[in-house]
Amino acid sequence: MSEQIEMAKAAIEKNCKLNDIDVNLGQLQLSVDPANLILVIDFVKNDPSCEFKQITDIAGVDFPENEKRFKVIYHFLSFRFNLRLRVKTQISEVESLPSITSIFPAANWFEREAFDMYGITFTDHPDLRRILTDYGFEGYPLRKDFPLTGNVEIRYDEIDKKIVHEPVKLQQDFRNFDIQSPWEGTKYLDKEAKESE
Amino acid sequence: MAINTNIEETSPELERLKKLYADKGFVVTSINNLINWARTGSLHWMTFGLACCAVEMMHVGTPRYDVERFGAAPRASPRHADVLIVAGTLTNKMAAALRKAYDQMPEPRYVISMGSCANGGGYYHYSYSVVRGCDRIIPVDVYVPGCPPTAEGLLYGLLQLQKKIRREGNIKR
Repeated sequence: MSEQIEMAKAAIEKNCKLNDIDVNLGQLQLSVDPANLILVIDFVKNDPSCEFKQITDIAGVDFPENEKRFKVIYHFLSFRFNLRLRVKTQISEVESLPSITSIFPAANWFEREAFDMYGITFTDHPDLRRILTDYGFEGYPLRKDFPLTGNVEIRYDEIDKKIVHEPVKLQQDFRNFDIQSPWEGTKYLDKEAKESE
Repeated sequence: MAINTNIEETSPELERLKKLYADKGFVVTSINNLINWARTGSLHWMTFGLACCAVEMMHVGTPRYDVERFGAAPRASPRHADVLIVAGTLTNKMAAALRKAYDQMPEPRYVISMGSCANGGGYYHYSYSVVRGCDRIIPVDVYVPGCPPTAEGLLYGLLQLQKKIRREGNIKR
C-alpha cells in the first residue's frame, strides 16, 4: 500500500501546482491555492496512478483570527488503490471557491452544506441555496462568531394560528460545569456567592 | 347537552337497574362511562418518530411489549389517529410539519411527549435549531421522561393517558 501512496504522491507532485504535500497516518494530504483547485481535483480523479473516483465529504473550518478565514477540505477515496486523500485550501470571507460539481456531481450537496453552515460561496454551482437549516434562516451557524443559541426561537401562536419567530429568551443561561475537581466546588457558585455579598 | 359525570353515585334509579339486570347477562352503565371505555380501549397512535426515541416507540408496538393489547395500534395517517406520540428532537424546521399533523387529527385528540428532547429540548436545549419543548407548538397531555425512555416507560405513559381520559374524559364538547 505504501508503494501506491508513493506513486500517487509522485504523480501529483509532478503534474500539479501545490503549496504543500505530505503523508499523514497513511493518508495523502495536499494544500493548494483556490485558483489551482479545479485542475488538481480533475487530475487526481482521472490520473491512472491516483483514481480518486469518490468524493467522501467537503469540510469547512473557521479561523476568525486568520486573514484567510475559512479552510475548506475536500476528502476523496480511491477504490482502485484503497487510498484516501485530503485537499486543503483557504479563502477569506469575501472570496469564493470554484465549484467542483462539473467534476464530481456528488459535491453539489456538500457545497450547499458548506454554504449553509459557513457562508462559503461556490462559483458556477448549479443550485447554491441552504440545505439543512430552517426556511428563512439567517446567519451561518458554524461560524465561530455565531451565538450558540442562535438569534430566534419559535412557538405556535394560538391567536394568529401560525408559528412565530421571536428573539431568544432563555430561562437560564448556558453554564459550563467544571467537573474536573468536584471537591473544590464549582466556580460559578463562588461567583454567585460573591455577587450576593 | 348537560352531562352528569357522577351519575352512578347519585342515582338510586341506576343502582336499582344494575341490580335488576346484573344476573341476566346485561351491564348497566352511563353513556359517559361507555364512551370513555371505548376511547381508552382504542387509542390509535400516530407515529411521529423524529430521533432515537422512535426506536423505543417501535419496541412498544412489537410483541414483547405489545401495546396493541391495550387497543393502541399504530396508524400511518394523523387522520386515523387519536394520540400523537412525539418521539425525539423537534427541530425548528420540523415544527410546522408537526403542527400540520396535529391539526389534521380528529377530536378528541391527545399528545404524548416522549423523551427529554420533546419535553424541553433536553440535550439540545441551547441549540440554535431545536424547539425547547414540543409544548411550544402543540398542547401536550402526558410527558414521558428519559433519554430515551424505555419501552415500559412509554407504555406507562400510555396507561397514564388512559387514566387521564377516564378521569376527565367527557362527551361534552
